[in-house]
Amino acid sequence: MTAPILSIRRLSAASKLEDAQPILRRVSLDLAPGETLGLVGESGAGKSTIAKALLGVLPRTVRITHGEILFEGRDLMITPRRETRAIFGDAIALVPQDPMTALNPGRRIEAQLTDGLRLRRGMNARAAHKRALELLAEVRIADPERVLRAYPHQLSGGMRQRVLIAAAFALEPKIIVADEPTTALDVTVQKQILRLIRQMQEAHRTAVIFVTHDLGVVAQICDRVTLLFAGAVIESGPTADILSTPRHPYTRALIAAGPRYDRPEAGLKPVPEALVAELRLEVEGVGG
Amino acid sequence: MTEASVSSFPAASGPNLATRRLRALLAEPKVTIGGGFILALIAIALFAPWIAPKNPLDQDLMLASLPPAGLASAEPGYYLGTDDLGRDVLSRLIYGARIALIVAFVAASLAALAGTALGLLAGWYRGWVDGLISRLVDIWMAFPPVLLSILLVAVLGAGVGSVIAAIAIIDWTRFCRVVRAETMAQAQADYVTAAHAIGFPPFHILMREILPNVVPALLALVSLEMGIAVIVEAILSFVGLSVSSDTPTWGGMIAEGRQFIHQTWWVFAAPLAALFATVLAFNQLGDGLRRALDPVLRR
Amino acid sequence: MIALAVLRRLLVALATLVGVAIVVFVLLRVVPGDPVAMMISPGASAADVAALRAHYGLDGSLLSQFAVWVRYALRGDFGTSISLHRDVLALLGERLPATLELATAALEFAVIVGGATAIAGAMARRTWAESVIDAVNGLLLAIPDFVWALALVLAFGVVWPLLPLTGRVNPSVAAGMATPFYFAESLARLRFDVFFDLLKHLALPTLALGLPLAAVIARVLKGALNEAMAQDYVLLARLKGMSELRLVLQEALRNAIGPTLALTGVQFTFLIGGTVIIERIFAYPGIGNMAIEAVINRDLPLIQGLVLVFAVIFILINIAVDLLVALFNPRLRHA
Repeated sequence: MTAPILSIRRLSAASKLEDAQPILRRVSLDLAPGETLGLVGESGAGKSTIAKALLGVLPRTVRITHGEILFEGRDLMITPRRETRAIFGDAIALVPQDPMTALNPGRRIEAQLTDGLRLRRGMNARAAHKRALELLAEVRIADPERVLRAYPHQLSGGMRQRVLIAAAFALEPKIIVADEPTTALDVTVQKQILRLIRQMQEAHRTAVIFVTHDLGVVAQICDRVTLLFAGAVIESGPTADILSTPRHPYTRALIAAGPRYDRPEAGLKPVPEALVAELRLEVEGVGG
Repeated sequence: MTEASVSSFPAASGPNLATRRLRALLAEPKVTIGGGFILALIAIALFAPWIAPKNPLDQDLMLASLPPAGLASAEPGYYLGTDDLGRDVLSRLIYGARIALIVAFVAASLAALAGTALGLLAGWYRGWVDGLISRLVDIWMAFPPVLLSILLVAVLGAGVGSVIAAIAIIDWTRFCRVVRAETMAQAQADYVTAAHAIGFPPFHILMREILPNVVPALLALVSLEMGIAVIVEAILSFVGLSVSSDTPTWGGMIAEGRQFIHQTWWVFAAPLAALFATVLAFNQLGDGLRRALDPVLRR
Repeated sequence: MIALAVLRRLLVALATLVGVAIVVFVLLRVVPGDPVAMMISPGASAADVAALRAHYGLDGSLLSQFAVWVRYALRGDFGTSISLHRDVLALLGERLPATLELATAALEFAVIVGGATAIAGAMARRTWAESVIDAVNGLLLAIPDFVWALALVLAFGVVWPLLPLTGRVNPSVAAGMATPFYFAESLARLRFDVFFDLLKHLALPTLALGLPLAAVIARVLKGALNEAMAQDYVLLARLKGMSELRLVLQEALRNAIGPTLALTGVQFTFLIGGTVIIERIFAYPGIGNMAIEAVINRDLPLIQGLVLVFAVIFILINIAVDLLVALFNPRLRHA
């Protein structure tokens, strides 16, 4: 494959607090330009930590102990602040999880949408307004003028997420980190949003890291997928391959655990505890 | 997994709720420091006749306006100097603590009693009872408190009793609001509904189920109220409406000291410092109580 | 709708006002100590006493007295002051502007100082600087305006005699002022000598009244700001490259003001109430000072008028705060 736009190499992180649990254990993954990579794992598997590291907003309680994050060849861990300013929030953008809390309830949509354009691209109010209208049209919002003038509480959850997606693509980023962007939405809206992200991504040729716990979502829009458990990579590869012929028992259990809408009487099958315990031992042996 | 669920319940044996709360209280520095100061003050006030070096009412014009110990022309034995009538400032300060503390404890308790009773009624019965009481609270709170207290003391006549009554009459609203809100919240609880369904009379429910849960918030408020009572008493005696001018009060001393503040600033400063320290102590105590007894804040 | 809500509030306010009037009226009639007896010279005949009593409306039953008073009050006639022998309304009109100037100055001081402290504290989130601010603020919160005023008297009267301790303005300087609104008038007429003299006299009472409110505002606003700063939209804004100061001012502040107002609005009424004793300590010629005098002199008509004025101010402030809180919450504004 062509040179990856993002390359995480043996990244290890630990909590600075008393018990110093390892949060990431030698995680490695590559992201090709324009590709959609799914980052899958249960809660606490470390996917959020990776996402935060990519955006430069790791909490103070977390420490990177080892490894590198190479963006376009440069290690973000050692690049000076001055230069990372143009990367975090610009070349690497975020589509957040909860559209209810990710928009400032006290500011109109236009202000929040044009912030980045005016701050980072030096556009004046009129140019930014025009660009904002274009972006809203791209995310299929019917009455962009009205939406621009509105406050967040006047829009539905799905509309808000579209606005957030528009905001993420506004600066033409090279990578978008989508942090479970459909988790807080109704199932019917989820499909639309996923399709929208895929369309935008193809149109702008942006690479997307899709953080999720839902294999169903991965199946829909991800080219490749990496599975995490307790901070370590379990399996990684093209989505179709992984889902049809999973090699690791954990992956198989995850796939089996998904609800079968065609056979609802089959019930739910959580990942067996014995497997989890075994996996823990295996993963902790990998070290942090 | 099964071990986890058992250990998450509190132990059946071991220290009970009261003891644990007491320990939590004493672990909070604001409680120990503030409470310690108040206890010391109580002791000083109680043993005033034995502690005070001189008689607070004794005038000696030969020894008038002497500075405190350490400054030039100070007289030994008069540690904080004397006022313009030759009375010992330190002794007056010590006796002044008596008035302050009596007013603080009695007035705060009365206000708490009245406010809690009305708050419980309003919160439990709601309807027109709550409407009436809430309207009363609104009217009360439309009065500037200091003005109302001055008015009440003028109406009731000077004296410690009037001061205490005035404070209690004015500040019951503070307790009423908090207790009313708490009662309303508690009344929704399942165990209260159950008790009501079983047929316990409202008084029983209020006393046994609701009031105990209101007490922690009340304690903190009472401590705060005592600080306020001390201030109000000081203001009233400053304006000359409290006890008779002979009995030493901190407010009265401040008012007298104000007249000659340029010549004998210590007569003004000493009671002011005592007032400040006492109010601060009650305040910190109340703050500490709130933190130590609030199950949410406790970490 | 907003109009209906305001109407309801006004009606409730009116009821409260009537309640206040009744309470004061009853309270004063229970007074031991006959104000009329204090005014007449010894040796006056019973007829003279009765005439004086009738003149001040102090004869007749409680109910009839109240009815008479209400009837006159609705016409704007609040009676004549027993101690000052002048129309009550005129007296109120003379003194009220001074108190309003003081209260406004104290409010501005509290908002500016309290607000700046809260913003600084929010920007210093989770550092040692914030702990220092919290500790100092906690201490200052415990000090009531009465104690502040006395401490300021000590500091600026004895230690550094920089500022005047009494009065509102130097009489010789202020001669020639047409209205009782000295502050506004001196600015409008460019009389800066009067203006600065006013400021010098206002300084200490304003500090005494404003510092407690500033401490409250600082604590509540900082809490609200910190809560806002923890929200997702601030993270997104931070990623856009905004400075910390801009984040606090542009993103967090507008969402923090509403909750702060709701909690601190009532404190402003305490500030108004505090003018009573503060004006007394600094001999500031406002309605607070006059109120104490009136009570000491058992001046019934004046006391009634004063209490009503205070009640009206309190009620207006409460309504204003409610409206402002609704204004700052976009959800309520559109509801």
